[in-house]
Amino acid sequence: MTDPAAEKKNGVVRLSELLGERVYAMVIDLGAIFTLFTQVVSSVLRPPSEIRNIVKQMEEVGIRSMPVVLVTATFTGMVLALQSYSGFQRFGATSFVGSVVALSITRELGPVFAGLMVSGRVGASMAAELGTMKVTEQIDALVTLATNPVKYLVVPRVVAATLVLPVLVVFADLLGIVGGYFVSVHLLGANPYVYIAKTYQYLEFKDIYTGLVKASVFGMLIALISCHHGFVAAGGAEGVGRATTRAVVASSMMVLISDYFMTSFMF
Amino acid sequence: MIAIHGLSKSFGKKVVLDGLDLTVPKGKNTVVIGGSGTGKSVLIKCAVGLLRPDAGEILIDGQDIIRMDERELVRVRRRFGMLFQGAALFDSMDVGENVAFVLRRLKMYPERQIREVVEEKLSMVGLRDIQRLMPAELSGGMKKRVGLARAIASEPDILLYDEPTTGLDPIMADVINDLIVSLRETIGVTSITITHDMASAYKIADHIAMLYKGKIIEVGTPEEIRTTSNPVVAQFVQGRAHGPITEESEEFVRFVSR
Repeated sequence: MTDPAAEKKNGVVRLSELLGERVYAMVIDLGAIFTLFTQVVSSVLRPPSEIRNIVKQMEEVGIRSMPVVLVTATFTGMVLALQSYSGFQRFGATSFVGSVVALSITRELGPVFAGLMVSGRVGASMAAELGTMKVTEQIDALVTLATNPVKYLVVPRVVAATLVLPVLVVFADLLGIVGGYFVSVHLLGANPYVYIAKTYQYLEFKDIYTGLVKASVFGMLIALISCHHGFVAAGGAEGVGRATTRAVVASSMMVLISDYFMTSFMF
Repeated sequence: MIAIHGLSKSFGKKVVLDGLDLTVPKGKNTVVIGGSGTGKSVLIKCAVGLLRPDAGEILIDGQDIIRMDERELVRVRRRFGMLFQGAALFDSMDVGENVAFVLRRLKMYPERQIREVVEEKLSMVGLRDIQRLMPAELSGGMKKRVGLARAIASEPDILLYDEPTTGLDPIMADVINDLIVSLRETIGVTSITITHDMASAYKIADHIAMLYKGKIIEVGTPEEIRTTSNPVVAQFVQGRAHGPITEESEEFVRFVSR
């Protein structure tokens, strides 16, 4: 059945309608995620303690994400050394490769790539797990068993991700810098002592801790967004698939968007 | 006793419950029958506070759960147990952990007694030595029985059954029917069952209520419902394809195909 009113609309009207719908849906999502955040904050310290679940999630988010984050960081550091070498060679400043690698990794690439990798790996699994629980009524069952699903399911994930991402990033920073060192010293023939000296010379403590603060915020956002999309999943297996896709896309975008704003505040 | 007055719930423009009234006497099983998509599930989800109705009141021993805040609701929910249509067992936990979930959550027993208590609950639904199995390893009937054991674990005085026999073979369905009857007799729970399986309804019900177009249109004992004079109820309980329930859609089909 076609709606006669829809046929009369011209392309511009339909385009702006489509755009409006998308924006509207996004605002609704943001509101729901903020509500979820307030619920997490208000129930995080209330008994019973969720420490067991928090530890379990820390293992899931932290230890199991370690390999993929470390491989990503190592290769990022390596390619960064190659690229900045070829750039700096043009005006004879190759001794600064070490500084550039260290600053880029700690300030920006370590946290962001770890955030993106965790969005893909952990965000997807959180949304899929919670989405499946939602469509098979397991979340309703929790409620009837005197358990607040936000406290039991969301709090451990958000707390674990917030605490664990900075730890992942410490290792990512380290391996990124080691990767850059390896390429510069062993493949491009840089002087190891100069390289290490330059790495230390311009690296401040602030560069590292701003990166870790970012990582913490990324972890929280990823967990909140993914849990939200899992919670609102509806419509069987297909709905869970849709929720998972949305969770990964939204949390990856949120990592990059929030990264800009945090960087501009903490410069 | 549960008394529901003027309960209304809409999803968008679709009115699902429209001023529904129902009284569930203490210690009795009230079976709500009705076609698919008539709002039976919405009714019991409102009763346990999973959904907030738009209007009306649900009185549990005189306390209106609709006007309660979340904290009071949690306290009242401890009196409820619910068996879900697909059993809704937590698939990341084994059977023992599923049944023990609420016991651990509410710290009802010390940890060393829990295994024993769980075994006792499982024996009440005719199962034993399956605590270590995962839900994925169970058949449909066993899942429902474990779900029932989990629902009765905290010794609720109100049980809600969401289509307890749907998807089971006739023999397993009757096993579940017997369990529902024996639970009512042994622990004296008040229960609401929603179903469209009339064989099950006649067997387990003290009262049968028919839900149609968002309202309860008739309440009676199984015998009264069987011999009802209401044409809508009669069509449903006798399972006829032609009658007042299907008339509207038949008219629509005639109208379209004309």
